[in-house]
Amino acid sequence: MASMREGAGSAFALPPTRTEYLREVVAGQDIGVVQAPLTPWQRLANQGWLRKGLLLVAIAAAWEIYARRLNNPLLVPTFSSTLAAFADGFRGAEIPEKVLNSVALLLKGYAAGLVLATIFTSLAMMTRLGNDLLETLTSAFNPLPAIALLPLALIWFGLGDISIVFVLVHSVLWAVALNAHSGFRSVSNTLRMVGRNYGLKGPRLIFKILIPAAFPAILTGLKIGWAFAWRTLIAAELVFGVSSGRGGLGWYIYEHKNMLDIPAVFAGLFTVILIGLLVENLVFRNIEAATVRKWGMQS
Amino acid sequence: MLADNNMSAEPNPTPLLQVDGVTLQYKTAKHLVTATYRVSFDVHQADRFVLLGPSGCGKSTLLKAVGGYMAPTEGSMRLKGAPILGPGADRVFVFQEFDQLLPWKTVKHNVMFALEASRKMRGKAAETQAMRYIEKVNLGKFADSYPHTLSGGMKQRVAIARALAMEPDVLLMDEPFAALDALTRRKMQDELLALWADTHFTVLFVTHSIPEAVLVGNRILLLSPHPGQVKGELNSSGDDPVDPATGIKLSDRIHEILFADRVEEQETVPHG
Repeated sequence: MASMREGAGSAFALPPTRTEYLREVVAGQDIGVVQAPLTPWQRLANQGWLRKGLLLVAIAAAWEIYARRLNNPLLVPTFSSTLAAFADGFRGAEIPEKVLNSVALLLKGYAAGLVLATIFTSLAMMTRLGNDLLETLTSAFNPLPAIALLPLALIWFGLGDISIVFVLVHSVLWAVALNAHSGFRSVSNTLRMVGRNYGLKGPRLIFKILIPAAFPAILTGLKIGWAFAWRTLIAAELVFGVSSGRGGLGWYIYEHKNMLDIPAVFAGLFTVILIGLLVENLVFRNIEAATVRKWGMQS
Repeated sequence: MLADNNMSAEPNPTPLLQVDGVTLQYKTAKHLVTATYRVSFDVHQADRFVLLGPSGCGKSTLLKAVGGYMAPTEGSMRLKGAPILGPGADRVFVFQEFDQLLPWKTVKHNVMFALEASRKMRGKAAETQAMRYIEKVNLGKFADSYPHTLSGGMKQRVAIARALAMEPDVLLMDEPFAALDALTRRKMQDELLALWADTHFTVLFVTHSIPEAVLVGNRILLLSPHPGQVKGELNSSGDDPVDPATGIKLSDRIHEILFADRVEEQETVPHG
């Protein structure tokens, strides 16, 4: 080949002339299975929970070793003593009770926040003034940490659940409204036109087209709102925990710190983390799998 | 001067869709753009009426106006004698974009959605109607698939099934095959003609491809750009015949008409 090109001696090297050919292809069913099963090891390594579980075990082991070397339960209790305190808290039904108190309060605040966010975003979708209102309010209040409103809430509503619900609403509302609103605005114009083509307008257009189409963004808002609310709640309970005699998890942590029962403080923190993980992995993960992933709107 | 082969036509019945002297304008951030200027045409029952022109001739804007998404600044549009005032399910759109299907609904539910949202049918009746048209576009096996698992051509077939299931007075197609590869496009054009032979629906079809217009349309409206104005209306039998008088193919004739301005600029050919 090389000699041919050199032999041509000019700038225009021509490709060689080749014979044409046609052939029959093998029918699809005559080809055997073109895939092999994965080895057991590969299959295990594909399990996300297994990889993450192993990581957690490694972290717990590192913790245990460090705490034993340090040998100062007031600063860092061992992992095993934290587990023991955790088990104790469950046996005495103290932790479940605190968890229930916290979660009940949290759900109240979360629900109220969602209702308000729905109202605000609906207004913003329907009128230009509502849009201006939402944009102004979110840019003003979203950067303000909800917990900073707690002192004011205590003066307005007194030492009770209402004060905490108030700050929870504040922590949920803006995050959810902001995400939902930007989700609505990024719905493709074609989908809107399709909706209007089939006679949808007003609330029907919002519920049948805009909300499902903006669902990935709405779900992100719900997740962020949940995390904000959970943090705010624990912080609020740490600042002032007892409302009508029954405190939540934050209060549990605060109380045991005062008693220098540090393993129990760790157990309290552990519970906070555990609940966060449960909600993320059971609730939100399943909602995602049943909606945006199934619809191919998120991979 | 152009529509000289119109004489054989029998006395015209009342047109299904009458577009009369329509001027369309829209505003961008800085300009007021005139998309079409005093465009008139009539679409009859069972027409495959093609709006053909280069980009900038306002053909898509015209279709949007017929769809009711924008009001003309001048002129009138009537469907079955009644003025077009807004979007409605008697004129169903098939868009070029694949995202016209609702990603959260399966193929079957996308078609049912149209029937139920427009309150045309509900429940079992809607399902039966949906399946009938899904079978017509050969997607029966995929009725329970979500749109993101389908190819581009299949998505467009779902959109066509959804539109036809509505049994609209007129089907509005906005370059429905433009985003498809050439082989799939050719196949879809044939399928559309087969569907038409089956139910004789009326379709208003926008394209910028001369071969597509000649193949798909029975009547072709030629539009000039900036702003869109009518240059003529031609009949087409679909097989791009050679005109015995002049010896040129229909597609070449259309090409000449649409791009005659450039020739005139160069040669100043007298009109006639």
